[in-house]
Amino acid sequence: MTGLTRGSARPNQWLRNLNAKIASIPMILTAVVIFLGGTLWTVVYSFTNSKLLPRLSFVGLDQYERLWAAPRWIVSIQNLAIFGFFSLVFSLVIGFVLAALMDQKIRFENTFRTIMLYPFALSFIVTGLVWQWLLNPQYGVQSIIRSLGWESFSFDPLYDADIVIYGILIAALWQGTGLVMCLMLAGLRGIDEDIWKAARVDGIPMWKTYVLIIIPMMRGVIITTLVIIASGIVKVYDLVVAQTSGGPGIASEVPAKYVYDYMFLAQNLGQGFAASTMMLLTVAIIIVPWAYLEFGGGRKRG
Amino acid sequence: MDNIAKNSTALSIDAAGARLKDGPRGARPKRTLSRRNIIVYGTLIVVSLYYLLPLYVMIVTSLKGMPEIRVGNIFAPPLEVTFEPWVKAWAEACTGLNCDGLSRGFWNSVRITVPSVIISIAVASVNGYALANWRFKGADLFFTILIVGAFIPYQVMIYPIVIVLREMGVYGTLTGLVIVHTIFGMPILTLLFRNYFAGLPEELFKAARVDGAGFWTIYLKIMLPMSLPIFVVAMILQVTGIWNDFLFGVVFTRPEYYPMTVQLNNIVNSVQGVKEYNVNMAATILTGLVPLTVYFVSGRLFVRGIAAGAVKG
Repeated sequence: MTGLTRGSARPNQWLRNLNAKIASIPMILTAVVIFLGGTLWTVVYSFTNSKLLPRLSFVGLDQYERLWAAPRWIVSIQNLAIFGFFSLVFSLVIGFVLAALMDQKIRFENTFRTIMLYPFALSFIVTGLVWQWLLNPQYGVQSIIRSLGWESFSFDPLYDADIVIYGILIAALWQGTGLVMCLMLAGLRGIDEDIWKAARVDGIPMWKTYVLIIIPMMRGVIITTLVIIASGIVKVYDLVVAQTSGGPGIASEVPAKYVYDYMFLAQNLGQGFAASTMMLLTVAIIIVPWAYLEFGGGRKRG
Repeated sequence: MDNIAKNSTALSIDAAGARLKDGPRGARPKRTLSRRNIIVYGTLIVVSLYYLLPLYVMIVTSLKGMPEIRVGNIFAPPLEVTFEPWVKAWAEACTGLNCDGLSRGFWNSVRITVPSVIISIAVASVNGYALANWRFKGADLFFTILIVGAFIPYQVMIYPIVIVLREMGVYGTLTGLVIVHTIFGMPILTLLFRNYFAGLPEELFKAARVDGAGFWTIYLKIMLPMSLPIFVVAMILQVTGIWNDFLFGVVFTRPEYYPMTVQLNNIVNSVQGVKEYNVNMAATILTGLVPLTVYFVSGRLFVRGIAAGAVKG
């Protein structure tokens, strides 16, 4: 009854604020149709045996069983794990150390920052190709060091299946650490100057102040940075395509490339959907706890 | 204006960028060659050299002839400077499909980037404005879905989008790609604009309402003129992001519309023919030139843009 009376009291409920609703149509469509609908669609079709075209004939978990039995997928996951672990650790540590150095009230801070951040403006394709050239065993770093007299020196990650993922890691760190440094620096700048003064008065050495006081205080910034790096890691695709094309053999394959190849080259849509659903799951594992910590527990932000 | 600037920096989203913008605090550093200074500057200089090295090698390689590359080392400056590789990369390099160089990809990228940037910013700024000032029931729900969606890997949504675009008859065209860039630019841009508009003094909005101005009038006459900085930040974010995109270009366009990044990859990684490293490096620099220019020209605004972009990216 209440609904009815309210409805009759305000007959133009739907027309109120009409312009704002019209203006929000693109956002509503994107959120509901593409993000929500598209994701659900892919998850549902990952349980079908779609090949060239999506078909709704369900086969249960068949695609997932096939996925986890595929050597290429296993290699992709292993690569992602190695790449992910080391890029998280290294970019956080390097980023933080650089930020701490930059925070020593140095001169030419702008110049240093400009230099460290410019790779971030570049495309992954550009980064991948440059490092492909730098790591070229015939002309690149390896040949330079050999020509300096160390004849047995060997470092050709892009042609050695065992270490190829580290070649990609080097390129990724070159591109990404500048950003981490900037985020960390922003975090350091947000810390009250008085804390430094207090630590100095108490005679605590600088490194100890960083480890015991500053880093715990930067928890928020560090977690946010972690989430940013982590969700970037899961998506890594262009860099691998440009630098190694997944080679040698399948040694540097990653999940995102698996998805693309199965969807658009191998015409095995079901596999592509299952693999992308696994990617979604990975991201969810990273994001959900973070979102819970950040936004849960009744705390509201902007 | 001062008040507005203060308001905008108070926003959490801008805080990171703004703090960087303020620069270091405290007294000027002492100009002594203390051990501490040597360590700090020494490390920073070594690190800077590491960051600059690839750029240096790219430039040096692109100015050498192939014979010189085969005998020399990649770090040596060119004995004989030649611009031939640049000309070749721009006008003659082969992708396996055609041999008219990167120029085709460059113009495709321009034709993709310009409308994508304009449309995505127009749509997102209006969205953000509606969310900040004209909230309606359910608006926050859609916005939350949008922001959560920003974390979903693109691979999950690619195929459904292919189907939607195909149904609309724009799959494979530039129009389709512009739509895709608008969609995926929306979460971060909407957030950026929503927070910016929400930080503007509410009295302005109320006064305009009292004077009888409607949704679009307030947006065009009051919000737009006051929000130039945030539009510039959004533009920097979008120009570099869209120019650097590879995945969407390769998935959603036909080969004749491939953007520069895709064409660059096809040129360098094509298996046929002798590898011409100098041409490859010239092509690589050419592709990186647009975002690098944006980066060096925009300076601190870029930092602010990526800080905003990254924090919620």
